Amino acid sequence: MKYIDEYHDAAAVHKLVAALRATVTQPWTIMEVCGGQTHAIVKYGLDELLPPEITLVHGPGCPVCVTPVEIIDQAITLAQRPEVIFCSFGDMLRVPGSAQDLLAVKAAGGDVRMCYSPLDALTIARDHPDREVVFFAVGFETTAPANAMAVYQAARSGLTNFSILVSHVLVPPAMEAVLSAPHNRVQGFLAAGHVCTVMGIDAYHPLATRYGVPIVVTGFEPVDILDGVFCCVRQLETGRAEVENQYARAVRTEGNPRARQLIADVFEVQPRRWRGMGEIPASGLGLRPAYARFDAATRFALDALPVADSGECISGLILQGLKKPHECPAFATRCTPEHPLGATMVSSEGACAAYYRYRARHAEDASS
Amino acid sequence: MCLAVPGRIVELTDTDPVTRTGRVSFGGIVRSVNLSCVPEAGVDDYVIVHVGFAISQLDEAEAERVFTYLEQLGELDEIRQPSPA
Repeated sequence: MKYIDEYHDAAAVHKLVAALRATVTQPWTIMEVCGGQTHAIVKYGLDELLPPEITLVHGPGCPVCVTPVEIIDQAITLAQRPEVIFCSFGDMLRVPGSAQDLLAVKAAGGDVRMCYSPLDALTIARDHPDREVVFFAVGFETTAPANAMAVYQAARSGLTNFSILVSHVLVPPAMEAVLSAPHNRVQGFLAAGHVCTVMGIDAYHPLATRYGVPIVVTGFEPVDILDGVFCCVRQLETGRAEVENQYARAVRTEGNPRARQLIADVFEVQPRRWRGMGEIPASGLGLRPAYARFDAATRFALDALPVADSGECISGLILQGLKKPHECPAFATRCTPEHPLGATMVSSEGACAAYYRYRARHAEDASS
Repeated sequence: MCLAVPGRIVELTDTDPVTRTGRVSFGGIVRSVNLSCVPEAGVDDYVIVHVGFAISQLDEAEAERVFTYLEQLGELDEIRQPSPA
Protein backbone atom coordinates (compact mmCIF):
# COMPACT_ATOMS: atom_id res chain seq x y z
CA MET A 1 0.00 0.00 0.00
CA LYS A 2 1.28 3.40 -0.99
CA TYR A 3 2.71 5.54 1.83
CA ILE A 4 3.19 2.40 3.95
CA ASP A 5 5.30 -0.10 2.02
CA GLU A 6 8.04 2.44 1.24
CA TYR A 7 8.54 2.90 4.97
CA HIS A 8 9.33 -0.79 5.41
CA ASP A 9 12.45 -0.50 3.19
CA ALA A 10 15.14 -2.67 4.83
CA ALA A 11 18.01 -0.67 3.36
CA ALA A 12 16.61 2.54 4.83
CA VAL A 13 16.12 0.81 8.21
CA HIS A 14 19.74 -0.42 8.23
CA LYS A 15 20.95 3.01 7.15
CA LEU A 16 19.15 4.65 10.07
CA VAL A 17 20.49 2.06 12.53
CA ALA A 18 24.02 2.72 11.23
CA ALA A 19 23.50 6.49 11.59
CA LEU A 20 22.26 5.91 15.16
CA ARG A 21 25.34 3.84 16.04
CA ALA A 22 27.55 6.60 14.66
CA THR A 23 25.70 9.26 16.70
CA VAL A 24 25.09 7.77 20.16
CA THR A 25 27.82 8.17 22.78
CA GLN A 26 25.95 7.53 26.05
CA PRO A 27 22.78 5.86 27.38
CA TRP A 28 19.43 7.51 26.64
CA THR A 29 15.86 6.59 27.67
CA ILE A 30 13.21 7.56 25.14
CA MET A 31 9.43 7.08 25.45
CA GLU A 32 7.19 6.40 22.50
CA VAL A 33 3.83 7.80 23.51
CA CYS A 34 1.43 5.97 21.24
CA GLY A 35 0.25 2.36 21.62
CA GLY A 36 0.38 2.03 17.83
CA GLN A 37 4.09 2.89 17.94
CA THR A 38 4.61 0.41 20.78
CA HIS A 39 2.92 -2.27 18.70
CA ALA A 40 5.11 -1.59 15.65
CA ILE A 41 8.31 -1.50 17.74
CA VAL A 42 7.64 -4.86 19.35
CA LYS A 43 6.15 -6.45 16.22
CA TYR A 44 9.15 -5.56 13.99
CA GLY A 45 11.69 -5.94 16.80
CA LEU A 46 12.91 -2.38 16.20
CA ASP A 47 14.14 -2.02 19.79
CA GLU A 48 16.39 -5.03 19.21
CA LEU A 49 18.04 -3.24 16.26
CA LEU A 50 18.95 -0.21 18.34
CA PRO A 51 22.40 0.29 19.87
CA PRO A 52 22.40 -0.95 23.49
CA GLU A 53 22.73 2.60 24.83
CA ILE A 54 19.17 3.39 23.73
CA THR A 55 16.24 2.22 25.87
CA LEU A 56 12.68 2.60 24.60
CA VAL A 57 9.96 2.74 27.23
CA HIS A 58 6.28 2.48 26.39
CA GLY A 59 3.96 5.38 27.11
CA PRO A 60 0.32 5.87 28.13
CA GLY A 61 -0.92 6.25 24.57
CA CYS A 62 -3.50 3.51 24.54
CA PRO A 63 -7.02 4.85 25.19
CA VAL A 64 -8.32 1.37 25.91
CA CYS A 65 -5.64 0.93 28.55
CA VAL A 66 -6.27 4.25 30.31
CA THR A 67 -10.07 4.05 30.43
CA PRO A 68 -11.00 3.74 34.13
CA VAL A 69 -12.86 0.65 35.37
CA GLU A 70 -15.90 2.72 36.42
CA ILE A 71 -16.45 3.83 32.81
CA ILE A 72 -16.29 0.21 31.63
CA ASP A 73 -18.86 -0.55 34.35
CA GLN A 74 -21.06 2.30 33.07
CA ALA A 75 -20.85 0.82 29.57
CA ILE A 76 -21.85 -2.58 30.93
CA THR A 77 -24.80 -1.07 32.84
CA LEU A 78 -26.02 0.63 29.64
CA ALA A 79 -25.55 -2.46 27.49
CA GLN A 80 -27.75 -4.45 29.86
CA ARG A 81 -30.72 -2.11 29.37
CA PRO A 82 -33.29 -3.68 27.00
CA GLU A 83 -33.95 -0.45 25.10
CA VAL A 84 -30.25 0.18 24.40
CA ILE A 85 -28.15 -0.81 21.37
CA PHE A 86 -24.60 -0.36 22.65
CA CYS A 87 -22.03 0.32 19.92
CA SER A 88 -18.26 0.28 20.45
CA PHE A 89 -14.89 -0.17 18.81
CA GLY A 90 -13.90 -3.82 18.89
CA ASP A 91 -11.08 -3.69 21.39
CA MET A 92 -13.31 -2.17 24.10
CA LEU A 93 -15.54 -5.24 24.14
CA ARG A 94 -13.02 -7.42 26.02
CA VAL A 95 -11.78 -4.95 28.60
CA PRO A 96 -12.69 -6.30 32.07
CA GLY A 97 -14.94 -4.11 34.22
CA SER A 98 -15.12 -4.87 37.94
CA ALA A 99 -17.32 -7.94 37.33
CA GLN A 100 -17.48 -8.75 33.61
CA ASP A 101 -16.87 -7.38 30.09
CA LEU A 102 -19.16 -6.23 27.28
CA LEU A 103 -18.82 -9.52 25.40
CA ALA A 104 -20.23 -11.31 28.45
CA VAL A 105 -23.19 -8.88 28.40
CA LYS A 106 -23.65 -9.64 24.70
CA ALA A 107 -23.57 -13.38 25.41
CA ALA A 108 -26.28 -12.86 28.03
CA GLY A 109 -28.54 -11.18 25.47
CA GLY A 110 -27.45 -7.53 25.56
CA ASP A 111 -27.50 -5.78 22.15
CA VAL A 112 -23.79 -4.96 21.88
CA ARG A 113 -22.46 -4.17 18.39
CA MET A 114 -18.94 -3.62 17.12
CA CYS A 115 -18.58 -0.46 15.02
CA TYR A 116 -15.66 0.61 12.84
CA SER A 117 -16.81 4.24 12.99
CA PRO A 118 -18.99 6.42 15.25
CA LEU A 119 -20.78 7.46 12.04
CA ASP A 120 -21.88 3.84 11.60
CA ALA A 121 -23.52 4.07 15.05
CA LEU A 122 -25.41 7.12 13.78
CA THR A 123 -26.79 5.05 10.90
CA ILE A 124 -27.91 2.36 13.37
CA ALA A 125 -29.73 5.06 15.38
CA ARG A 126 -31.56 6.26 12.28
CA ASP A 127 -32.50 2.68 11.39
CA HIS A 128 -33.86 1.95 14.91
CA PRO A 129 -35.91 4.99 16.01
CA ASP A 130 -37.54 2.89 18.75
CA ARG A 131 -34.20 2.04 20.43
CA GLU A 132 -31.64 4.10 22.36
CA VAL A 133 -28.29 3.86 20.52
CA VAL A 134 -25.20 4.64 22.61
CA PHE A 135 -21.69 4.83 21.12
CA PHE A 136 -18.65 4.24 23.37
CA ALA A 137 -16.58 7.30 22.44
CA VAL A 138 -13.10 6.28 23.58
CA GLY A 139 -9.89 7.76 22.22
CA PHE A 140 -7.26 10.46 22.08
CA GLU A 141 -7.37 13.65 20.02
CA THR A 142 -7.13 11.54 16.83
CA THR A 143 -10.61 10.10 17.42
CA ALA A 144 -12.21 13.30 18.74
CA PRO A 145 -13.18 14.82 15.36
CA ALA A 146 -15.03 11.65 14.31
CA ASN A 147 -16.91 11.48 17.63
CA ALA A 148 -17.62 15.22 17.48
CA MET A 149 -18.93 14.85 13.91
CA ALA A 150 -21.31 12.06 14.98
CA VAL A 151 -22.80 14.31 17.70
CA TYR A 152 -22.84 17.34 15.38
CA GLN A 153 -24.70 15.45 12.64
CA ALA A 154 -27.14 13.97 15.19
CA ALA A 155 -27.91 17.48 16.50
CA ARG A 156 -28.25 18.89 12.96
CA SER A 157 -30.67 16.19 11.89
CA GLY A 158 -32.66 16.29 15.15
CA LEU A 159 -31.88 12.70 16.07
CA THR A 160 -33.14 12.05 19.61
CA ASN A 161 -32.20 8.37 20.17
CA PHE A 162 -28.41 8.74 19.91
CA SER A 163 -25.87 9.48 22.67
CA ILE A 164 -22.21 8.83 23.43
CA LEU A 165 -20.46 7.54 26.54
CA VAL A 166 -17.33 9.69 26.57
CA SER A 167 -13.86 8.52 27.60
CA HIS A 168 -11.72 11.02 25.72
CA VAL A 169 -8.19 11.83 26.86
CA LEU A 170 -5.47 14.22 25.75
CA VAL A 171 -1.78 13.44 25.20
CA PRO A 172 0.12 16.58 26.38
CA PRO A 173 -1.20 16.46 30.00
CA ALA A 174 -0.28 12.75 30.19
CA MET A 175 3.26 13.52 28.98
CA GLU A 176 3.49 16.23 31.62
CA ALA A 177 2.33 13.74 34.27
CA VAL A 178 5.10 11.34 33.19
CA LEU A 179 7.72 14.14 33.16
CA SER A 180 6.75 15.61 36.53
CA ALA A 181 6.69 12.24 38.34
CA PRO A 182 9.58 12.19 40.87
CA HIS A 183 11.08 8.94 39.60
CA ASN A 184 10.81 9.90 35.91
CA ARG A 185 13.70 8.67 33.76
CA VAL A 186 12.35 9.62 30.32
CA GLN A 187 14.79 11.96 28.51
CA GLY A 188 13.08 12.29 25.13
CA PHE A 189 9.78 11.52 23.43
CA LEU A 190 8.44 10.14 20.19
CA ALA A 191 5.14 12.05 20.09
CA ALA A 192 1.98 10.39 18.77
CA GLY A 193 1.91 11.17 15.06
CA HIS A 194 -1.81 11.03 14.38
CA VAL A 195 -2.72 13.03 17.48
CA CYS A 196 -0.56 15.78 15.96
CA THR A 197 -2.13 15.27 12.54
CA VAL A 198 -5.31 16.62 14.16
CA MET A 199 -4.01 19.00 16.84
CA GLY A 200 -0.69 20.23 15.40
CA ILE A 201 2.53 20.52 17.40
CA ASP A 202 2.26 23.83 19.28
CA ALA A 203 1.15 22.22 22.56
CA TYR A 204 4.52 20.43 22.85
CA HIS A 205 6.87 23.46 22.82
CA PRO A 206 6.16 24.40 26.48
CA LEU A 207 6.86 20.79 27.53
CA ALA A 208 10.15 20.62 25.60
CA THR A 209 11.28 23.94 27.07
CA ARG A 210 10.06 23.47 30.66
CA TYR A 211 11.45 19.94 31.06
CA GLY A 212 14.39 20.21 28.65
CA VAL A 213 13.38 17.16 26.59
CA PRO A 214 13.39 16.73 22.81
CA ILE A 215 9.97 15.79 21.41
CA VAL A 216 9.91 14.27 17.93
CA VAL A 217 6.51 13.93 16.24
CA THR A 218 6.82 10.43 14.77
CA GLY A 219 4.93 8.12 12.44
CA PHE A 220 4.20 4.42 12.82
CA GLU A 221 6.15 2.46 10.22
CA PRO A 222 9.66 1.05 10.86
CA VAL A 223 11.47 3.81 8.92
CA ASP A 224 9.40 6.46 10.70
CA ILE A 225 10.13 5.12 14.17
CA LEU A 226 13.86 4.68 13.60
CA ASP A 227 14.02 8.11 11.98
CA GLY A 228 12.19 9.52 15.03
CA VAL A 229 14.65 7.84 17.41
CA PHE A 230 17.55 9.13 15.30
CA CYS A 231 16.23 12.73 15.38
CA CYS A 232 15.71 12.44 19.16
CA VAL A 233 19.20 11.04 19.83
CA ARG A 234 20.80 13.65 17.58
CA GLN A 235 19.19 16.36 19.75
CA LEU A 236 20.10 14.63 23.03
CA GLU A 237 23.73 14.25 21.99
CA THR A 238 23.95 17.98 21.15
CA GLY A 239 22.06 19.16 24.21
CA ARG A 240 19.02 20.41 22.33
CA ALA A 241 15.40 20.09 23.52
CA GLU A 242 13.14 21.05 20.64
CA VAL A 243 9.95 19.88 18.98
CA GLU A 244 10.80 18.22 15.65
CA ASN A 245 8.36 16.93 13.04
CA GLN A 246 9.54 13.62 11.55
CA TYR A 247 6.06 12.75 10.26
CA ALA A 248 5.63 15.82 8.02
CA ARG A 249 3.82 13.86 5.29
CA ALA A 250 0.87 13.62 7.67
CA VAL A 251 1.43 16.41 10.21
CA ARG A 252 1.31 20.15 9.56
CA THR A 253 2.43 22.55 12.29
CA GLU A 254 -1.11 23.81 12.79
CA GLY A 255 -2.64 20.32 12.52
CA ASN A 256 -6.10 20.22 10.86
CA PRO A 257 -7.83 23.53 11.67
CA ARG A 258 -11.29 22.30 10.61
CA ALA A 259 -11.00 19.23 12.81
CA ARG A 260 -9.76 21.33 15.73
CA GLN A 261 -12.71 23.73 15.34
CA LEU A 262 -15.17 20.81 15.20
CA ILE A 263 -13.71 19.40 18.43
CA ALA A 264 -13.84 22.82 20.13
CA ASP A 265 -17.47 23.30 19.08
CA VAL A 266 -18.68 20.00 20.56
CA PHE A 267 -16.25 19.22 23.40
CA GLU A 268 -14.59 21.13 26.24
CA VAL A 269 -11.45 20.26 28.21
CA GLN A 270 -12.18 18.60 31.57
CA PRO A 271 -10.23 16.75 34.30
CA ARG A 272 -10.07 12.99 33.67
CA ARG A 273 -9.14 9.92 35.72
CA TRP A 274 -6.63 7.71 33.95
CA ARG A 275 -6.56 3.98 34.80
CA GLY A 276 -3.40 3.29 36.79
CA MET A 277 -2.38 6.98 36.87
CA GLY A 278 -5.18 8.71 38.84
CA GLU A 279 -6.81 12.04 37.97
CA ILE A 280 -4.89 14.41 35.70
CA PRO A 281 -6.19 18.02 35.50
CA ALA A 282 -7.43 19.25 32.09
CA SER A 283 -6.52 15.91 30.56
CA GLY A 284 -9.75 14.92 28.86
CA LEU A 285 -12.72 16.05 26.82
CA GLY A 286 -16.39 16.19 27.76
CA LEU A 287 -19.45 17.35 25.85
CA ARG A 288 -20.27 21.05 26.04
CA PRO A 289 -23.55 22.02 27.79
CA ALA A 290 -25.10 22.75 24.37
CA TYR A 291 -24.71 19.04 23.57
CA ALA A 292 -25.47 17.66 27.05
CA ARG A 293 -28.49 15.78 25.68
CA PHE A 294 -26.03 13.57 23.76
CA ASP A 295 -24.10 12.63 26.90
CA ALA A 296 -25.10 9.09 27.91
CA ALA A 297 -23.71 9.55 31.44
CA THR A 298 -26.25 12.32 32.14
CA ARG A 299 -29.04 10.98 29.93
CA PHE A 300 -29.04 7.67 31.84
CA ALA A 301 -27.97 9.19 35.22
CA LEU A 302 -25.01 6.86 35.55
CA ASP A 303 -23.01 7.04 38.76
CA ALA A 304 -19.27 7.58 38.42
CA LEU A 305 -17.79 6.34 41.71
CA PRO A 306 -14.13 5.50 41.09
CA VAL A 307 -13.44 1.78 41.24
CA ALA A 308 -10.05 0.52 42.35
CA ASP A 309 -8.01 -1.53 39.90
CA SER A 310 -7.33 -5.23 40.48
CA GLY A 311 -4.48 -5.29 43.00
CA GLU A 312 -2.29 -7.62 41.01
CA CYS A 313 -2.21 -5.63 37.73
CA ILE A 314 0.72 -3.19 37.39
CA SER A 315 -0.60 -1.53 34.16
CA GLY A 316 -0.23 1.90 35.80
CA LEU A 317 3.54 1.40 36.12
CA ILE A 318 3.77 -0.03 32.59
CA LEU A 319 1.82 2.93 31.15
CA GLN A 320 4.30 5.33 32.74
CA GLY A 321 7.27 3.41 31.39
CA LEU A 322 8.44 2.48 34.90
CA LYS A 323 8.06 -1.28 34.39
CA LYS A 324 8.12 -3.61 31.41
CA PRO A 325 5.63 -6.46 30.93
CA HIS A 326 8.26 -9.09 31.79
CA GLU A 327 8.68 -7.54 35.19
CA CYS A 328 5.07 -8.38 36.12
CA PRO A 329 4.81 -11.69 38.02
CA ALA A 330 1.50 -12.49 36.33
CA PHE A 331 2.71 -11.79 32.77
CA ALA A 332 2.01 -14.70 30.39
CA THR A 333 0.97 -16.95 33.28
CA ARG A 334 -2.11 -15.74 35.17
CA CYS A 335 -2.47 -12.81 32.76
CA THR A 336 -2.95 -13.65 29.09
CA PRO A 337 -5.05 -12.17 26.24
CA GLU A 338 -7.70 -14.84 26.98
CA HIS A 339 -7.75 -14.02 30.71
CA PRO A 340 -6.44 -10.46 30.99
CA LEU A 341 -5.96 -9.02 34.48
CA GLY A 342 -5.71 -5.50 33.10
CA ALA A 343 -6.26 -3.34 30.03
CA THR A 344 -2.65 -3.28 28.80
CA MET A 345 -3.06 -7.02 28.06
CA VAL A 346 -6.49 -6.70 26.48
CA SER A 347 -5.85 -3.91 24.01
CA SER A 348 -3.91 -4.99 20.95
CA GLU A 349 -1.89 -1.79 21.40
CA GLY A 350 -1.23 -2.39 25.07
CA ALA A 351 2.43 -3.08 25.84
CA CYS A 352 1.59 -6.38 27.61
CA ALA A 353 -0.45 -7.66 24.64
CA ALA A 354 2.35 -6.69 22.22
CA TYR A 355 4.99 -8.42 24.38
CA TYR A 356 2.79 -11.50 24.80
CA ARG A 357 2.17 -11.73 21.08
CA TYR A 358 5.69 -11.01 19.84
CA ARG A 359 7.90 -11.58 22.88
CA ALA A 360 6.31 -14.42 24.90
CA ARG A 361 9.30 -16.67 24.11
CA HIS A 362 11.56 -14.22 26.01
CA ALA A 363 9.29 -14.69 29.03
CA GLU A 364 9.65 -18.47 28.73
CA ASP A 365 13.44 -18.17 28.36
CA ALA A 366 13.57 -15.88 31.39
CA SER A 367 11.48 -18.21 33.57
CA SER A 368 12.99 -21.54 32.47
CA MET B 1 -4.84 3.77 19.70
CA CYS B 2 -4.89 5.97 16.67
CA LEU B 3 -4.53 3.53 13.84
CA ALA B 4 -4.95 5.71 10.77
CA VAL B 5 -4.31 4.45 7.26
CA PRO B 6 -3.55 6.31 4.00
CA GLY B 7 -6.09 5.71 1.22
CA ARG B 8 -6.81 7.11 -2.25
CA ILE B 9 -10.12 8.87 -2.95
CA VAL B 10 -11.73 7.07 -5.88
CA GLU B 11 -15.12 8.81 -5.91
CA LEU B 12 -16.97 11.65 -4.16
CA THR B 13 -20.49 10.60 -3.15
CA ASP B 14 -21.76 13.56 -1.05
CA THR B 15 -20.61 17.19 -1.32
CA ASP B 16 -22.57 18.74 1.56
CA PRO B 17 -19.89 20.46 3.75
CA VAL B 18 -20.87 18.50 6.89
CA THR B 19 -21.66 15.11 5.42
CA ARG B 20 -19.02 15.32 2.64
CA THR B 21 -18.26 11.69 1.85
CA GLY B 22 -16.21 9.70 -0.64
CA ARG B 23 -15.24 6.15 -1.52
CA VAL B 24 -11.61 5.60 -0.49
CA SER B 25 -9.41 2.70 -1.58
CA PHE B 26 -6.97 1.16 0.88
CA GLY B 27 -4.86 -1.03 -1.34
CA GLY B 28 -8.01 -2.31 -3.05
CA ILE B 29 -10.39 -2.41 -0.09
CA VAL B 30 -12.87 0.41 -0.70
CA ARG B 31 -14.79 2.07 2.13
CA SER B 32 -17.01 5.07 2.60
CA VAL B 33 -15.17 7.88 4.44
CA ASN B 34 -16.29 11.26 5.80
CA LEU B 35 -14.18 13.95 4.06
CA SER B 36 -15.61 17.07 5.73
CA CYS B 37 -12.28 17.97 7.38
CA VAL B 38 -10.28 17.71 4.12
CA PRO B 39 -12.40 19.92 1.83
CA GLU B 40 -9.54 20.48 -0.61
CA ALA B 41 -8.94 16.73 -1.19
CA GLY B 42 -10.44 15.37 -4.41
CA VAL B 43 -10.42 12.21 -6.53
CA ASP B 44 -6.98 10.53 -6.71
CA ASP B 45 -5.71 12.46 -3.66
CA TYR B 46 -4.43 10.46 -0.68
CA VAL B 47 -5.97 11.06 2.75
CA ILE B 48 -5.24 9.62 6.18
CA VAL B 49 -8.31 7.88 7.55
CA HIS B 50 -9.10 7.00 11.18
CA VAL B 51 -12.38 5.27 12.17
CA GLY B 52 -14.03 6.21 8.86
CA PHE B 53 -13.02 9.86 9.07
CA ALA B 54 -10.31 11.63 7.05
CA ILE B 55 -8.06 13.60 9.41
CA SER B 56 -5.54 14.90 6.84
CA GLN B 57 -4.45 14.94 3.24
CA LEU B 58 -1.04 13.32 2.53
CA ASP B 59 1.77 15.70 1.56
CA GLU B 60 3.49 13.96 -1.39
CA ALA B 61 6.62 16.11 -1.23
CA GLU B 62 7.12 15.53 2.48
CA ALA B 63 6.63 11.81 1.95
CA GLU B 64 9.91 11.72 0.01
CA ARG B 65 11.93 13.77 2.50
CA VAL B 66 13.26 10.97 4.71
CA PHE B 67 14.51 9.08 1.65
CA THR B 68 16.09 12.18 0.15
CA TYR B 69 18.26 12.81 3.20
CA LEU B 70 19.08 9.12 3.46
CA GLU B 71 20.30 9.23 -0.14
CA GLN B 72 22.30 12.34 0.71
CA LEU B 73 24.10 10.36 3.38
CA GLY B 74 25.29 8.48 0.31
CA GLU B 75 25.40 4.95 1.58
CA LEU B 76 21.95 3.80 0.67
CA ASP B 77 23.07 2.48 -2.73
CA GLU B 78 26.04 0.58 -1.33
CA ILE B 79 23.74 -1.23 1.06
CA ARG B 80 21.49 -2.16 -1.86
CA GLN B 81 24.47 -3.59 -3.85
CA PRO B 82 24.22 -7.40 -3.93
CA SER B 83 27.10 -8.64 -1.81
CA PRO B 84 29.77 -10.33 -3.92
CA ALA B 85 29.03 -14.09 -4.14
